[in-house]
Amino acid sequence: MAHFIDRRLNGKGKSTVNRQRFLRRYKEQIKKAVSDSINKRSVTDVTSGEKIGISSRDISEPIFHTGKGGARSIVHPGNDQFTAGDKIKRPDSGAGQGGDSNASDSGEGQDDFVFQISKDEYLDLLFEDLILPNLEKTQQDKLVEYESYRAGFVSDGVPSNLDVVRSLKGSVARRIALTAGKKAQLKRLQAQLVEVLESKLPDQLMLEKLKEEIAQLEKAISRVPFIDTFDLRFRNYQKRPIPSSKAVMFCLMDVSGSMDQATKDKAKRFYILLYLFLTRTYKDVEVVYIHHHTQAKEVDEQEFFYSTETGGTIVSSALVLMKQIVEQRFPRHEWNIYAAQASDGDNWTDDCAKCTEILEKSLLPAVRYFAYIEITARQHQKLWHEYEKLSETHNNFAIKHIVDADDIYPVFRELFDQGVENQSGVA
Amino acid sequence: MKNTQADVQHKQTSDVLSDGPDWTFELLAEYEQEIDRVAKHYGLDTYPNQIEIITAEHMMDAYASIGMPVNYAHWSYGKKFIQSEQNYRRGQMGLAYEIVINSDPCIAYLMEENTMPMQALVMAHACYGHNSFFKNNYLFKAWTDASSIINYLLFAKNYVAKCEQKYGVSEVENVLDSCHALMNFGVDRYKRPQKISMQIERERQQNREQHIQSQVNELWRTLPKSEAKSSEPTRRFPSEPQENVLYFIEKNAPLLEPWQRELVRIVRKVSQYFYPQKQTQVMNEGWACFWHYHILNHLYDEGKLTDKFMLEFLHSHTNVVAQPAYNHPNYSGLNPYALGFNMFMDIKRICQSPTDEDRQWFPEIAGKDWLETVHFAMQNFKDESFISQFMSPKLMRDFKFFAIEDDEQNAFLDVSAIHDEAGYHAVREKLSAQYNLSNIEPNIQVFGVDSRGDRSLTLSYLPQNGVPLADSHHKVLKHLHHLWGFSVKLEQIDEHGSSQTLATYPEQPVENSQPLTGIII
Repeated sequence: MAHFIDRRLNGKGKSTVNRQRFLRRYKEQIKKAVSDSINKRSVTDVTSGEKIGISSRDISEPIFHTGKGGARSIVHPGNDQFTAGDKIKRPDSGAGQGGDSNASDSGEGQDDFVFQISKDEYLDLLFEDLILPNLEKTQQDKLVEYESYRAGFVSDGVPSNLDVVRSLKGSVARRIALTAGKKAQLKRLQAQLVEVLESKLPDQLMLEKLKEEIAQLEKAISRVPFIDTFDLRFRNYQKRPIPSSKAVMFCLMDVSGSMDQATKDKAKRFYILLYLFLTRTYKDVEVVYIHHHTQAKEVDEQEFFYSTETGGTIVSSALVLMKQIVEQRFPRHEWNIYAAQASDGDNWTDDCAKCTEILEKSLLPAVRYFAYIEITARQHQKLWHEYEKLSETHNNFAIKHIVDADDIYPVFRELFDQGVENQSGVA
Repeated sequence: MKNTQADVQHKQTSDVLSDGPDWTFELLAEYEQEIDRVAKHYGLDTYPNQIEIITAEHMMDAYASIGMPVNYAHWSYGKKFIQSEQNYRRGQMGLAYEIVINSDPCIAYLMEENTMPMQALVMAHACYGHNSFFKNNYLFKAWTDASSIINYLLFAKNYVAKCEQKYGVSEVENVLDSCHALMNFGVDRYKRPQKISMQIERERQQNREQHIQSQVNELWRTLPKSEAKSSEPTRRFPSEPQENVLYFIEKNAPLLEPWQRELVRIVRKVSQYFYPQKQTQVMNEGWACFWHYHILNHLYDEGKLTDKFMLEFLHSHTNVVAQPAYNHPNYSGLNPYALGFNMFMDIKRICQSPTDEDRQWFPEIAGKDWLETVHFAMQNFKDESFISQFMSPKLMRDFKFFAIEDDEQNAFLDVSAIHDEAGYHAVREKLSAQYNLSNIEPNIQVFGVDSRGDRSLTLSYLPQNGVPLADSHHKVLKHLHHLWGFSVKLEQIDEHGSSQTLATYPEQPVENSQPLTGIII
């Protein structure tokens, strides 16, 4: 008699361990594939998994097996034309070798071993070894947000925190403690009184004395209050600081006539990488989009990336607007502020000094990290040189140069690898 | 095709089993009961069945861990899982209808997607066909212990996990990689292993660990005595070539830690367990097909199965036992299902209605009781001997077999024998040799250890018909070196007994300046 077991509801992923072992073993190759892939991706689809190809030669498991050559005999079915002694032209290698099971072990040869990794695995690999700069400092210096938590009971507090049950328990205990002896005595006296009353000749003197003592005791007992301030217990709350997990990311971009859609797309990829990276550290990441030509404006995502504007370029206008927004909506001790500015490097020459001034005085002290990426194939202009000076003195300010889409991921890695160095330097 | 069985007397038209197409557990149990009854009627002796219903994903999990319900963790299983998942997703591969494990109770996995007729086919095929083969074939009886395999794998899994915690995943992985490279050479072909349960295995493992390490190694033992060495005659070590390379390493590798030896042993044991399956593929599948065909036809003759059921069953059955011709686009060698099924059917035919030719070729079985004969054949042969014993001229004609000689020294292929009077014996002999594992796997043995010198290990390769080793042997040698700890050498010994060095690891300048690769004989 057979025994049936329904295993359909058993957990899936029995091979998860083995899969992870596989990914672990081929991490180097997979990482390379991941960084190659990031540039091929469409900008909107950065949150899906990824197809990974590894050369199957790298992952083969060698065994001793026989190679080609020598003499062998093979029996095939379906003879339709041959008789013993026939000579046949040797078929092209690979084609007619079906019966040779040894050849097929390595037969698939050069094809890539292609497989899918999940979104999480993809992001893990994408951001491996990168950390957010200055994160540690944030947690040490700027512990400004507090949460209150229950911390036992205290005898003093505001009425709204009164714990009724606890207080009544105290009251009961106190009353028992204060009256138990007296009650016992009262009982004894009452028994005596009954005894005296029941005797044939009640001793009037004794009777009076007993009655008086009883009355005194009863009065004493009734004087013990039902509830006393001494009984009151209040719930105690204390506050402890919590590290802020709120982050805001400012995207600043030049949309003047010199920025074409291709340049904007490159910038967008960079912003997306930064956004994904931030979401791995912070629970909620808000994004503020500011675009500018001669004037800056806060816009939504669609307009940010796809509106076309013309005109000149005044970078400081965006920085001023960002400063205002930070002051109004993102108090610096509550928010972890990150900013990324993308530009093709054009700016009014007179404006550059103003930009560095705003950055140095108001923005850099407030932000965790400010990255400037210049997307251009041309010579650097004044803005870059001004910023370069600034980046030497401030380690939360970094500038990078991107020429084409292939540079984005390496530049991104460089930016945050530096974070690692800085941090280990600090620690 | 009507079953010609004479003793199908009890025609019961009353209780027809539902033909689905959807199955339920009640229906499965009903079918199983009927199949069980018929199987007993034909004398099939089986382990108790444990039938598990699984999903496609579980099936791929099972694929990845070489079909076993538990196994130790290793990246190559992850690779296999990803591979089969990809192939399945792209529709390049259908999943098996079932997997059956040689264990006691015999565990069979049925796919959830199967229709009721498929489930019945699979139960008859796996739970009665394969199951009875596992229990009664001499190779399985001698080499595997069905009652302990699951426990052993559980032990192996836990042991490997423990080692990973203790010594690190990479360390363990390196040892297992090296063992896997030599897995096919971790088999005793002649000595019979003992049956032990997990409990005993664990105790023994602990004892063994202390014992092996405490014992002075054969190789180290020579060290202190080195002064007297010239007086002694040189003793060969090992005294004769060893076919079981992994066993030799487990017992003799000088630098392995006790836990590493245990890992070698685990891989060796698993390899040994699967060894009979490699040698009986044609018979095993043939036997299972033979019985699902007979059991279901028997039930149909009893009136238990509907015509609709039978059409679906026969459709699947004919697909499974189809053999495309050599020039057919789908041809990929001989189909073991087709060959095995037809051979067992042919044995039955020879017993029931022998021709003069059969009487001449098979005087012992022609006209005998067919049931006894097929059971005898199933119990006492492996693929190679089964074919050379029972392949009949009629079957060779039916399959239109022809033998090709492929000698690289000739510019052409030579048809040496076909399915005619002159060729029957030759075709049969060649076909049988094709299933001889020692012809398929290269003959590589531990030849010697330089126990007085640098402790280098030498393997010898004896080529058959001048077939060289594939280039992968360089990589395998690297793995062997990892286990052995000292330099390793691979020699090729030709028919005259002279040897040539194929490769060494670490690579050394070869004194006689022979090329390491591309030796042509």
